[in-house]
Amino acid sequence: MTYIAKEFQKVVGTRPVRPDGVDKVTGRANFGADMTMPGMIWGKVKRSPHAHARILRIDTTKALSLPGVKAVVTAEDFPPIASEEAFVGEGPMNFRDLSCNCMARGKALYDGHAVAAVAAVSPAIAEEACELIEVEYEVLPHVIDVEAAMAPEAPVLHEDLFTGGVEPKPARPSNVAKRISFTKGDVAAGFREADVVIERRYSTQPVHQAYIEPHACVVSMAADGQCTIWSSSQGHFMVRAYCAKLLGIDISNIRAIPAEIGGGFGGKTLVYLEPVALALARKSGRPVKMVMNREEVFRGTGPAAGSVIEVKLGAKKDGRLVAGEVVLKYQAGAFPGSPVGPGCMCAFAMYDIANASIVGYDVVSNRPKVAAYRAPGAPNSSWGVESCLDELARELGIDPLHLREKNAAKDGVKAVHGPTWQNIGYAQTVAAAKEHPHLKTKLGPNQGRGIASGFWFNIGGESSAAVHVNEDGTAVVATGNPDIGGSRASMAIMVAEILGIPVERVRPVIADTSSIGFSFLTGGSRVTFATGMAATQAAEKVVEEMKRRAAMIWDISPDAVEWKDGKAWPAGANAGGFEPLPLADIALKSGRTGGPISAEVSINAQGAGPGFATHICDVEVDPETGAVKILRYTAVQDVGRAIHPSYVEGQIQGGVTQGIGWALNEEYIYDKDGRLENPGFLDYRVPVASDLPMIEAVMVEVPNPRHPFGARGVGEVPIVPPMAAVANAICAATGVRLRDLPMSPPRVLEALENGRA
Amino acid sequence: MSKHHVSTVINGEPVEFLCEPQQSLLDVLRDELNLTGSKEGCGSGDCGACTVIVDGKIMCSCLMLGAEAAGREITTVEGVAQGDKLHPVQQKFLEHAALQCGFCTPGFIVAAKALLDENLNPTEEETRYWLAGNLCRCTGYDKIIRAVLDAAAEMRAERGMAD
Repeated sequence: MTYIAKEFQKVVGTRPVRPDGVDKVTGRANFGADMTMPGMIWGKVKRSPHAHARILRIDTTKALSLPGVKAVVTAEDFPPIASEEAFVGEGPMNFRDLSCNCMARGKALYDGHAVAAVAAVSPAIAEEACELIEVEYEVLPHVIDVEAAMAPEAPVLHEDLFTGGVEPKPARPSNVAKRISFTKGDVAAGFREADVVIERRYSTQPVHQAYIEPHACVVSMAADGQCTIWSSSQGHFMVRAYCAKLLGIDISNIRAIPAEIGGGFGGKTLVYLEPVALALARKSGRPVKMVMNREEVFRGTGPAAGSVIEVKLGAKKDGRLVAGEVVLKYQAGAFPGSPVGPGCMCAFAMYDIANASIVGYDVVSNRPKVAAYRAPGAPNSSWGVESCLDELARELGIDPLHLREKNAAKDGVKAVHGPTWQNIGYAQTVAAAKEHPHLKTKLGPNQGRGIASGFWFNIGGESSAAVHVNEDGTAVVATGNPDIGGSRASMAIMVAEILGIPVERVRPVIADTSSIGFSFLTGGSRVTFATGMAATQAAEKVVEEMKRRAAMIWDISPDAVEWKDGKAWPAGANAGGFEPLPLADIALKSGRTGGPISAEVSINAQGAGPGFATHICDVEVDPETGAVKILRYTAVQDVGRAIHPSYVEGQIQGGVTQGIGWALNEEYIYDKDGRLENPGFLDYRVPVASDLPMIEAVMVEVPNPRHPFGARGVGEVPIVPPMAAVANAICAATGVRLRDLPMSPPRVLEALENGRA
Repeated sequence: MSKHHVSTVINGEPVEFLCEPQQSLLDVLRDELNLTGSKEGCGSGDCGACTVIVDGKIMCSCLMLGAEAAGREITTVEGVAQGDKLHPVQQKFLEHAALQCGFCTPGFIVAAKALLDENLNPTEEETRYWLAGNLCRCTGYDKIIRAVLDAAAEMRAERGMAD
């Protein structure tokens, strides 16, 4: 693989206008709900009002007799699917569970669970028809809270769910789907060695990804079974795979076309509407459009897992960590598959700690099935560990950055979850934070400063990319990954760098599932790394072909041709005294030298560099109301190499802001009957512009040698540190430690009053 | 129920349409007039993705009935650029990378244009409060605020206004 170091990069690291930008500032970009098809009708989902209920009977007679109704579907219209692990989305998923999540079979497992769907000639008629579907329920006892769901007397959601990962297999089913554990060293001995031991319990509430674009799709199914799916998702190959399985359709009969995606953050790494719309299209013989409203998004999709995190840390007087213990209890929602695995692995990843034990529980309860959310699992466990570390720093009287510096994982250290670190930049983020002028800013009354760090793996995986050289010397780079935050720009930059032409001459497109090789979805902070690697390799193949064509024109050996600055050059005096041939000249003559010049590359990219971050947060706490104002925020992150620095900064600033929302306001609130009480943006409050200061993104570049330009994934780790950074700042401001999220004004006020008492 | 016949002006052009009494202006723009630049993020006036300018004031088009457009002048995101010339706010959004997914962007562009129509020298705080009705989940607002302030500065300079 080619590796081009920073000092030789000409296009990488610049900040061109993104190629899809003008469409997006003028309203021309087409998102999921912007598409129509001829003859299209409208689908709508009927949802359970109960948290847990047996479905005794569904009567669709009245709905079907309403004029304008073209089809009604229930679970009967989907093939029953055997339990089978799926590896097409981000995080654990089971095909059978996904099918039952899209359309309840036998039982409704949460408020908002789909139980039927209608297609009609207008959205209003579809909605009216949903009301006319009669569902007879036997309401069952429900359970919402994670620890209540683990209790022996808890109502059981799935009679066939026996805790995995424990020996012997339990005699009775329970809501604990899985127990996992990681250990390193001798934990008991480590704690005996410690001078100070701190043991605390922390909790988080589920939060929604809250992408502004609700889920939407338009689908058609022809009489011969060929389907077209236009939808907004983080991966149209994922949509294709899930729909094929859930409906029993051959993959070759599905063409999934990516709409622009209006935010996902992990929440669009699975399907909700597409299989239902296809079932309605199959039954009605008409194209079907489905668009969720915001209430449906909150009740029926996402969120991220809520959790309980128990942390015990042991250290010597000088701050050296000698032992750590973490127990994680994560909500999976109605079906198994919380991100407790990555939660466990991220808990101590930043630290060189000799003795540690991590245990995680994956627990189902009567909530929507959780979906991936930016570094899934990591923010929860880090909220506990990074808060506890701050408590330890206070106990020991050690500066929290110094404590982290002292214990920082470095190259060669074996992490608790297994790998031995190579080329990591955690210590560099701590060092950059220590040098940052932010730390010199004076704080006033009721103000405090907090520090926290975070880790995320980043992934590589399967990606395809094609580069086509046009006859005028411009180029196209096609990939199979939806552009969720500017990746078209980074693809164009990397290809322009290799071809040696201006970035404006490279046009990126996101190709549909029938037009490019398989690509795993846009998630795991993988696109710039893995798809970028595929695009780079495709561009390199094109360069090789260019050199071959120039050699043909000059009648010399291809080995005697060099590629530099977008031109073929004779490699030295012996190759001949030819004038360099620009790419455009070779392209123009390509018809006469062997045909069009293009290359497609499909890879399984390995070597994604891990991402580390260290954040500094200043807050002011209003002692009268408990409101917390973020005064200043600096996020230092090892980004490997920023391909388009503005969009890297944007990832950091956006992740931090989501973390601030998670810290201060966002939570799912259920009533005693298990119904979601705040399914809208008025009562589920995400940060708005007036809540925030500017967020300074500091990019540390420790190159990842496994990527052609040194890139690491950048999108996820920025959401990991903020919750603890905010809590640590609140503690510094008030002396009061908050251990339960969100730290909303009533909670902060109560804590302050208890502290004052 | 019979449809309403509505005459209005959208993006400087006289427009006539038929709408159901319950259809919002947003539904009419998107489903009847094929102006899909205005987005529906919530349908309850909380996210601002459907922001339009009605007689000089910003409105969530999801909170207004289509029938209420009669006799008004409406600007949607499709009407912010003049032909092929982008409005300075649009240009600055591009230069500052003030968008990621781009779904909230039309609402921000319209709201920011309305701000600068009213006040060409807003402070950062005024800008943040003016745009507090527009949710963006991707950017953390930093680059959006910078883009709007930079557009204001450029427009002041174009008009020979001293800073």
